[in-house]
Amino acid sequence: MTNSIEDMTLKAEVILVTGSNTSECHPVIANYVREAVMKNGAKLIVVDPKRIDLVDYAEIWLQPKPGNNVAWINGFMNVIINNNLHDEEFINEHTEGFEELKKVVERYTPEYVEEITGIPAEKLEKAAKIYGEAKAASILYAMGITQHSNGTDNVKSLANLAMITGNIGKEGAGVNPLRGQNNVQGACDMGGLPNVYPGYQPVDNEENCKKFSSEWGASCNINKGAPLTEIPNLVEEGKLKALYIMGENPLVSDPDLNHLKKCIEKLDFIVVQDIFMTETAQYADVVLPGACFAEKDGTFTNTERRVQRVRKAVNPPGEAKDDLTILSMLAEKFGVKYSNNPEDVFEEIRKVTPQYAGITYKRIEENDGVCWPCPDEEHPGTPILHVGKIARGKGLLTPIENKPPVEQPDEEYPFILTTGRRYEHFHTATMTRRARALNYYSPEPRLEINPEDAKQLGINDGDEIIVKSRRGEVKTKAMISDRVSKGVVFGCFHFSEAAINVLTLHALDPVAKIPEYKVCAVRIEKA
Amino acid sequence: MSEELVKLKIDGQEVEVPRGTTILQAAKKLGIRIPTMCYHERLTPIGSCRMCMVEVKDYDHPVPACMTPVEEDIEVITDSDLLFEIRRNALKLMLLNHPLDCPICDKGGECDLQDLVYEFQIDKVEFQEKLPNKGLPEYATPFIRQWADRCIMCLRCITACREITGRQAIDIVGKGWDARVAVVDEEACKSCGECLFVCPTGALTDKLCNIKGRLWTYNRVQTTCGYCGVGCQLELNVYENKVIKVTSKNGVGPNKGSLCIKGRFGYEFIHSEDRLTKPLIKKNGDFVEASWDEALTLIKDKLTEIKEKYGPDSIYGLTSARATNEENYTFQKFFRSVIGTNNIDHCARL
Repeated sequence: MTNSIEDMTLKAEVILVTGSNTSECHPVIANYVREAVMKNGAKLIVVDPKRIDLVDYAEIWLQPKPGNNVAWINGFMNVIINNNLHDEEFINEHTEGFEELKKVVERYTPEYVEEITGIPAEKLEKAAKIYGEAKAASILYAMGITQHSNGTDNVKSLANLAMITGNIGKEGAGVNPLRGQNNVQGACDMGGLPNVYPGYQPVDNEENCKKFSSEWGASCNINKGAPLTEIPNLVEEGKLKALYIMGENPLVSDPDLNHLKKCIEKLDFIVVQDIFMTETAQYADVVLPGACFAEKDGTFTNTERRVQRVRKAVNPPGEAKDDLTILSMLAEKFGVKYSNNPEDVFEEIRKVTPQYAGITYKRIEENDGVCWPCPDEEHPGTPILHVGKIARGKGLLTPIENKPPVEQPDEEYPFILTTGRRYEHFHTATMTRRARALNYYSPEPRLEINPEDAKQLGINDGDEIIVKSRRGEVKTKAMISDRVSKGVVFGCFHFSEAAINVLTLHALDPVAKIPEYKVCAVRIEKA
Repeated sequence: MSEELVKLKIDGQEVEVPRGTTILQAAKKLGIRIPTMCYHERLTPIGSCRMCMVEVKDYDHPVPACMTPVEEDIEVITDSDLLFEIRRNALKLMLLNHPLDCPICDKGGECDLQDLVYEFQIDKVEFQEKLPNKGLPEYATPFIRQWADRCIMCLRCITACREITGRQAIDIVGKGWDARVAVVDEEACKSCGECLFVCPTGALTDKLCNIKGRLWTYNRVQTTCGYCGVGCQLELNVYENKVIKVTSKNGVGPNKGSLCIKGRFGYEFIHSEDRLTKPLIKKNGDFVEASWDEALTLIKDKLTEIKEKYGPDSIYGLTSARATNEENYTFQKFFRSVIGTNNIDHCARL
């Protein structure tokens, strides 16, 4: 996020929420949005194919067909530029590429956008004006924007929109992805990615390679690794032989599961380090018992880049150990000495990660967490990015054309399936399904289907149904819901017995390699 | 936008605050404590309890500090014999609606009412009225127990449900002596426990865990929630190596004390019987328990063999968005420097 949670909500005049079912997936942020509307009179714009909870508080709700996000965002910019609501001073001083961008968005008139997305032209115009006229407008988005075969384009388009209106580098504004997992920000910051070392330092750069090689006393590989969504291909090509998985459950969370399972079976050796015997662990050759968040010390970095402490409250069960201890024991087998003391490791992180250089356990304690970048110990941390100057120098405005989703509904598979989460559950639900309180409300998988569609198919609420895609089929139960529009069904990926990712397709964004979880074509039959 | 400032005196001390500030907030700025009960920082002032009454020179009556905005040049007195009596009587009236069952109450030791009764030296219940027994009604969520007879009708719970979570699962039902907080829309309840969090007495208590304890019988460890990316700060309440409850602190962390159902009631997996407790090695298709040494030696041998035969890029490591920064750092360091590959990723895209 460019801005902090409190800032992007309580300081904003207008809040644009898109591709985020905030009340279900980030309930506490939804509370802030509501507070901004109810107490501060902020205006809320929701753009989402689903009638999410926050629609009740919205000034205006636009309901595009799933996919085609670039079209409506370009449409927003079209209206803003035509009404002279863009911030010329900011554009001139802080960005480049405006003329090229202008040329592309010129064609995205509200009428043209209506053709593509189904959003009525006058509604789009009204919403764009609300956003464009605000002194400070923030954008909140999540996987509804990113999990598309053109997810990168979607994000860049939102950045374009924020930049041409000067909504970057100031209070109550920004482009704010709500991150879905406790430490997904930290895992990225720490270099848990195939192309970068800690602090986003590219691996395919000689200087970086030298720096880390000397820091770690080993010669590092200068070739980029492959992103996880490419694992199936690598296995099929015979290039990948072993997989070491620490706290992940890809056999529920990854796309096109039937195909992935076949690939995983071909591997020579699999290690899984986890707290439960997950669907993935079943395939392992060695399973190591790990510790959960309540059983260890360390830090997590939240969605607003705030580094916060994790503190040990209880001991892990039996012989289970925290991942840091396990890794140091394994390193010892390889003849390398690693510390298993979290604070020692954090000191090493500070040394090699410029964004974390000024953060210490003591400062986290004293300041209720510290937001990176924090270059030195005198620096207060950075709750808002790009203040005064865009980090890149000039913000790059990228002209982008709309691309439709890879798989479109047809006669054989007439429905669009879009996937996501439910309030009570988290990810592959290995934790949440083992908590009585959460299972009480959400014990079984359900597929949300529009009442009109259900009527046509002769399906009642709670009926068993079979959902088929070109890749496989799952048996689940119907939930009649007017939250989804006609022609769209919604399923969540929490339930392994009706693993929705059996249906999803392996279509990836060319840059981010993120799968298109928000659009695939399915057919629905009564079981 | 420049705010208009108002100058006033509280207990003889001068203070300048923006127009619209309440006397309570202005006093807080000076570090002067005015006792409160129904007031809660995150809620619009309720003004139901009369604990925060203050005197203002030239005003006819004492006024509630939580609801009274400051005026230019007023002189406020926050402590006097009259105010002590008013507050004491307000507490006595609250006790009409609250049995002194502190010895059996989960909230004992951290109850605002208990603390104020102690502070105001109330040693007996003077007002007695035969009230209808309200018992333990069904509440909006099965994870909270409502002790209706302990409710002093401060209305914090109702206000929090409406203002913080935007719902209205509970409200006042009935009139006069029959008035009580009751469920009006069970469907609206999301079990976030915001009502439980703001309740100043033991009228709402945690019902999920059958082990109960009071403040001094267990440890509270502040940590970061392990679910979504908001990074809510919560406290794990630990009794004999077991998490028995989750609490949160007002104003602390990005959540300022608020939580959702997962953060407040989703902790039971920690002690699930399904937890892995020993390393396992698959032999002839079945998992067999092994020692750490045996398991780690096997991993080392296999990874070394594969690396030698197919090169370092034939090995892939998936690190985790669930693990700590320190663990993620160490994992990628191990893969990059010991295995020698950049084949590292995690579920950021999923």
